[in-house]
Amino acid sequence: MVELSGGEIVIQSLKDEGVEYVFGYPGGCVLHIYDAIFKQEDVKHVLVRHEQGATHAADGYARSSGKPGVVLVTSGPGATNAVTGIATAYMDSIPLVVITGQVPRPVIGTDAFQEVDTVGITRPCVKHNFLVKDVADIAETMKKAFYLATSGRPGPVVVDIPKDITDPSIKVPYHYPSKVTMRSYTPVVSGDIGQTIKAIKLIKEAKRPVIYSGGGVILGEASNELRELCRTLNFPVTQTLMGLGAFPGTDPQSIGMLGMHGTYEANMAMHDSDLIIAIGARFDDRVTGKIAEFCPHAKIIHIDVDPASISKTITVDVPIVGQVKPILLDMLAQLKSLGETFDRARIADWWKQIEDWRAVDCMAYDKNSGTIKPQYVIEQLYQVTKGEAFVTSDVGQHQMFAAQFYPFDKPRRWINSGGLGTMGFGLPAAMGVKFAHPEADVACVTGEGSIQMCLQELSTMLQYDTPVKIINLNNGYLGMVRQWQEFTYKSRYSHSYMEALPDFKKLAEAYGHVGMQITKKEDVEPALREAFAMKDRTVFLDFLTDREENVYPMIEAGKAHNDMVMAPNSIYKRILA
Amino acid sequence: MSRQHIISVLLENESGALSRVAGLFSARAYNIESLTVAPTLDESLSRLTLVTIGSEETIEQIKKQLNKLVDVVKLIDLSESFSLERELALVKVKKSAAMVQRIEALDSDTLARIADETDGYLIVELSGENAWLDDFLQDMQDDVIEVVRTGVIGLSRGERALTL
Ligand SMILES: Cc1cc2nc3c(=O)[nH]c(=O)nc-3n(C[C@H](O)[C@H](O)[C@H](O)COP(=O)(O)OP(=O)(O)OC[C@H]3O[C@@H](n4cnc5c(N)ncnc54)[C@H](O)[C@@H]3O)c2cc1C
Ligand SMILES: Cc1ncc(C[n+]2csc(CCOP(=O)(O)OP(=O)(O)O)c2C)c(N)n1
Ligand SMILES: [Mg+2]
Repeated sequence: MVELSGGEIVIQSLKDEGVEYVFGYPGGCVLHIYDAIFKQEDVKHVLVRHEQGATHAADGYARSSGKPGVVLVTSGPGATNAVTGIATAYMDSIPLVVITGQVPRPVIGTDAFQEVDTVGITRPCVKHNFLVKDVADIAETMKKAFYLATSGRPGPVVVDIPKDITDPSIKVPYHYPSKVTMRSYTPVVSGDIGQTIKAIKLIKEAKRPVIYSGGGVILGEASNELRELCRTLNFPVTQTLMGLGAFPGTDPQSIGMLGMHGTYEANMAMHDSDLIIAIGARFDDRVTGKIAEFCPHAKIIHIDVDPASISKTITVDVPIVGQVKPILLDMLAQLKSLGETFDRARIADWWKQIEDWRAVDCMAYDKNSGTIKPQYVIEQLYQVTKGEAFVTSDVGQHQMFAAQFYPFDKPRRWINSGGLGTMGFGLPAAMGVKFAHPEADVACVTGEGSIQMCLQELSTMLQYDTPVKIINLNNGYLGMVRQWQEFTYKSRYSHSYMEALPDFKKLAEAYGHVGMQITKKEDVEPALREAFAMKDRTVFLDFLTDREENVYPMIEAGKAHNDMVMAPNSIYKRILA
Repeated sequence: MSRQHIISVLLENESGALSRVAGLFSARAYNIESLTVAPTLDESLSRLTLVTIGSEETIEQIKKQLNKLVDVVKLIDLSESFSLERELALVKVKKSAAMVQRIEALDSDTLARIADETDGYLIVELSGENAWLDDFLQDMQDDVIEVVRTGVIGLSRGERALTL
């Protein structure tokens, strides 16, 4: 058996795991590991400019490819800088393996230089974490980390490795297990068929059904099965912010996103429904609104791999625990054997009602405005990229506009931080996407607030030649905050405005990229065309947009689905059913 | 309606495992009344017993979240079946004839004995159901100098058992 040092074992494990890229940043406690990286070429290291950028980039890589993202950072500040990215991945169930250096074992607990309790700090925001205490345990721990990160409900796993066990002078026999089992961890795969049969019974009786599909469908690679189920049933389909693209957004059967900034038709349908089929969705408070008034007339079927997601906030009638894919296949088989047709005519009244709601055209905005409307920029982005781009976003109004106005027809094309809502996510995530899909068009939709939170990665993007188009919807406000202040604090805009913004065009140029500023509506489309034509350049498009545009519809915090604030120019100002 | 539950957990006997359980309770704002833990005969496992109070829904979530911890191998809710529960207390009191008589007069169902006598002070060892201990200690309140309790432990009666 080959003998390797701890540092070499870390890298060899990554190789054996088939890892292509490691996003990282060196420091004292990981120097032995970095030396092992230097001596090989299979695992490529991407030197970011900030450890938060490393985690988001690995996350973007993971979300767009389905493969786990890998991060390597040093102890102390390296690890703490990575925490925001780890928590971001945790909230959206994204598989990451984050390797952190730790001070040598003999000094752990002595407040040694750059020592923090990484396992303690990350414990509440990881699926699991390890402090490796013996060089002979590294390989198996790495295997466990990948297994945990990618199986069941995915999530980030931290492997904290003390420097002394990576010492090049201490070698141990290396064996990377092809499989690990853990008696304490046995994620469910297939669902209980009895539960599926119960679900089918409800489906047969439903008069006003809605399919509520979430991020779990994408994570579980079950878009095809979801599509087949939807096509078989002809039920209306609404998707969460995390689920967009699992079912095609341009399909007439899609009624758009639901929740706080969801469509009128989706939220009204949820409210009036008699059967909700929740698939890989977790009844987040942005989706449910007021719990007591959530889907008051509906029975609920819930498919989820995590038993803890079931009846956490909303009590459900038929839970089915397991992976979406096999469960949907079970359902399809059961439906086939029923020999019934579920055409649109079967629920014609319901579809008629939904079409009436859809006719409200809830996302209409003032198309005649002389200013650049943010919605317009996204519509043009959709046209120019033919709906085929990978779109990452930051957090704020621009994120909602992107979700509302760029319909995704494929899974893994829409990359955003939903659960944690992390400003700063968009740019490094876009870079990560580009590593996974070097040939694809990648756009990062951002705001002048968010982009300044991980801006430094522009430098990494130049170094590794990962051209991305940055769509900065610059409203000069922390727009989402300003909107809340307008609605609930009588427009007292407390600190939601930045006095001194950089010249983004020059800034982009300073980083070696192309910068453009767009101030006129008629320049929007040509600028986008020009930018996307520059295949090999990162282009920063600074769109000076309408400053006080709001995201509509909006369900204010604690309100019910049928209590939406509609755009002022819409036919309904405020609709109370 | 909130009710007390006793949950027994088999946990990987690894450093950090206990803090995952404790952290879960604080992070999710669950109640924790008592918690006791020690290795089992199989040294790779610890058995942890915790007492918590919550509505049925909260208790369900607590059990699911515990099960979700990678270090948790298995758990049972002792409150779901007929179980035997015990708690041990050591109580320091000043020695007096009345006190000795009082201890010796205790019901033979409960375990109460004088475990130590040093320099005019007694350590009384008590074991019984936790409600009985509460009452007893309440009664003795004025005489108690110091008390330490283990927290509740329990086993389900009959065939049902928490084993691998
Ligand atoms: C500014 C802002 C506004 C927002 N507004 C909205 C809004 O209007 N509407 C909206 O929907 N969201 C909104 N969000 C996002 C929201 O906070 C949540 O992140 C989102 O609703 C959660 O999506 P989800 O339910 O699909 O769950 P996810 O977080 O994607 O979780 C997936 C679920 O599927 C399960 N799962 C994972 N893998 C599998 C598998 N293989 N098989 C079975 N189950 C699996 C998991 O256990 C989990 O329960 C907003 C966020 C921000 C930042
Ligand atoms: C790291 C972080 N800090 C604070 C917030 C709260 N927050 C949510 S949206 C928002 C404003 C974002 O402003 P900008 O990026 O300009 O986007 P806009 O809403 O204007 O489109 C803020 C401050 C957050 N989500 N993340
Ligand atoms: Mg802004």
